[in-house]
Amino acid sequence: MIPELGQFALVLALLLAIAQGVLPIVGAWRGNAALMAVARPAAAGQGVFVFAAMAVLIYAFLSFDFSVAYVADNSNLALPWYYRVTAVWGAHEGSMLLWVTILNVWSVALAALSRHLPQAFVARVLGVLGLIGVGFIAFILFTSNPFMRELPMPVDGGDLNPVLQDPGMTFHPPVLYMGYVGFSVAFAFSIAALLGGEMEQAWVRWARPWTNVAWAFLTLGIVAGSWWAYAELGWGGWWFWDPVENASFMPWLVGVALIHAQAVTEKRGSLPAWTVLLSLFAFSLSLLGTFLVRSGVLTSVHAFASDPRRGLYILGFLVIVIGGSLLLYAIRAPKVATGKPFAPLSRETGIMVANLLFTTAAAMVLLGTLFPLIGDALNLGRVSVGPPYFGFLFVLLMAPAVLLLPFGPYLRWGRAEGRQLTSMALRAGVAAVICAIVAAFFVQGHLRAIAGVAGAVWVGAGTLAYVIKRWREMPRGRRYPAEMAGMLVAHAGVAIFLIGVMLSESLSIERDVRLAPGASATIGGYDFRFDGVAETEGPNWRADEGTVTILRDGATVGTMHPQKRTYSRGQVQTESAIDAGLFRDIYVALGEPMDANDVQGAWALRLYHKPFVRWIWLGGLFMMAGGLFAAAERRFRAKKTPAAAAVDAEPKGSLA
Amino acid sequence: MSRLLPLFGFLLLVALFGFGIWWNTGHDPHDIASPLIDQPAPAFALPVLGEPERTIDKASLLGRPYLLNVFASWCIECVHEHPILMTRAKELGVPLVGFNYKDEPADATAWLAKHGNPFDTIVADRDGRAGIDFGVYAAPETFLIDAKGVIRYKRIGPITPDVLDNEIRPAIAALAKESP
Repeated sequence: MIPELGQFALVLALLLAIAQGVLPIVGAWRGNAALMAVARPAAAGQGVFVFAAMAVLIYAFLSFDFSVAYVADNSNLALPWYYRVTAVWGAHEGSMLLWVTILNVWSVALAALSRHLPQAFVARVLGVLGLIGVGFIAFILFTSNPFMRELPMPVDGGDLNPVLQDPGMTFHPPVLYMGYVGFSVAFAFSIAALLGGEMEQAWVRWARPWTNVAWAFLTLGIVAGSWWAYAELGWGGWWFWDPVENASFMPWLVGVALIHAQAVTEKRGSLPAWTVLLSLFAFSLSLLGTFLVRSGVLTSVHAFASDPRRGLYILGFLVIVIGGSLLLYAIRAPKVATGKPFAPLSRETGIMVANLLFTTAAAMVLLGTLFPLIGDALNLGRVSVGPPYFGFLFVLLMAPAVLLLPFGPYLRWGRAEGRQLTSMALRAGVAAVICAIVAAFFVQGHLRAIAGVAGAVWVGAGTLAYVIKRWREMPRGRRYPAEMAGMLVAHAGVAIFLIGVMLSESLSIERDVRLAPGASATIGGYDFRFDGVAETEGPNWRADEGTVTILRDGATVGTMHPQKRTYSRGQVQTESAIDAGLFRDIYVALGEPMDANDVQGAWALRLYHKPFVRWIWLGGLFMMAGGLFAAAERRFRAKKTPAAAAVDAEPKGSLA
Repeated sequence: MSRLLPLFGFLLLVALFGFGIWWNTGHDPHDIASPLIDQPAPAFALPVLGEPERTIDKASLLGRPYLLNVFASWCIECVHEHPILMTRAKELGVPLVGFNYKDEPADATAWLAKHGNPFDTIVADRDGRAGIDFGVYAAPETFLIDAKGVIRYKRIGPITPDVLDNEIRPAIAALAKESP
């Protein structure tokens, strides 16, 4: 009975979503306050019923209700409770419900935190979110119902994919979806602005914190996914340019462009059409990602079961949402030449160039991801492009962005002075060259590592120089407003990320060895002593667990326990052991016994020494923190007029 | 006019996706191009299933083409594929090498005892590391490797009678023509 309640809640949520999507927009168009007032209660109601449906599904998993086909497919009696909760989004139906749940988290938050905005505007924003909800709830109810019963009820269920039975997987999908789906808010703001014709800077200021928070979540989600792939897949890699990874990376790239474009539009009134277009793109790419993953149009390692009916539904939905919004843009977009004029050398120009680089990079990723499909369409045969394509073009496009990045804060709005730029470039450039020369002695002439150090120091020193400049020139309390601090932290994150990528990619050592108990192998200055294998057991698996002692100059650094698990349903999964450190990771994966009948004997092991690999994720976390700091800017919450607020936050912008 | 550009770009994408859905209904999405096609098969040295002291490596299989079939006792699709291998593998005229992927030897032996053993030789890739080198997505998969050790054809997913007649046989015939 209880699963039917979940379905019933979803039906009610659909009806409320229709009300939320239609009535307030009509009300805003007709100027009818009563209809506009429907928006908030309808959003709250939709939220309540969607959360109820989610709770029912979680309860079905916790109570082992194997009469529900989805529960039976993805969990079993031996699965621990925390993985039963995460099994909710372990496959297609549940992850769609998670999508809608998170959409409602954003809608309810927006309904609660938008009291200071004009009623007609809020009505349109919530209306747009309601329409998106209609599309997704109907998709769940008609093509992907997680509450479908299975009769007769099986005694025990299948299993959650063992790859997903990892702590990293518990929070990666919800966080990633918070980011993905969060771009729906910026999208709804843009559509509301297009519908209402309110192209003032005001709406961009309201949209900025929402966009920043969504982008920060997306950053965290991608970092978590990358870390999970590194820890769980056992290949020591952290990014694979897989279609599903690309699906989350494209909105992230456009998101970077968007948060910068919003700053221009909000403060200077320039580029409004571009900002609108980027918010449409960011959410469109999120939807496109969902389509690519769900429809089976592209085959991917992580793709769940595909079904052409679902593909057609999502394609139709895409045409309505993206096609409709781009049509609306074509009809209503503001004139490009509004806002304050700016000189060729100005912060506006800098941000525009960076924007073009990031959107081109997103287009490049999209092209690479869709390449197999284009190959089919043009009858070129089965072609796919891999890491060489992405690696080469991405670095090519991002290198100028890295080169330009430290100039950003030094560029003034409207018109910048060349003198300050050259003095900064001189200092950061000298620092970069010195550090690169010093680094060259340590990295045995690996060019990529040297380039990485130079790039990171260039960005880091340039950013630091600006921090010092603000400290010297500004009075206490006005030095680092939240928005400025966020920008500096995020830019420092880029420097950290560069170190991580370039050093770990060029200096990592990987070796396959066969070791008898007591024997050792040496890589990267560490001795790995293999102390044999013992049996161990978990809630739903048993494992051969190796013991590897890490020694440096005879002193023990750590003891590691890589496992080879066999889950109760027979799948074998390698659990690598990682000794993490700020400057290096030691990574051990257990292979095969040399003699299957003698697990006490020699084993094959895969050993890695990966310098600075943690900095990849650390850099990502800095960027996330930067996004959150910037969202906390007091100006975004103030009810002052935009002009007064802008002057407050941007002292001494030399106006053209 | 320029404001219509994003819309046109998107419509192009829609046409591409519509084509993708149509194409997938007419074609088997399992038929993924492998970057390994026409590349030398990765080197491997794996124990023989049931005789762990004996190892077979890539070099020992050179000299004549063979089919490498990735299977496992935990793999449901493999059960569906199995009867075709049992009844028709012999008529192909090339050895069928089993590649027991991520499986316990005891389970694999029991599975073969139950369903029959169509293989000439079986190697055991117990931890799936050789499988990673072969780019195995999921069992079952089948590779056609020529006498020089180059992968010439790859099938992801179960072999159906259709695939056997229209893809695997022609591929083997083409190999025979190449080196008389």
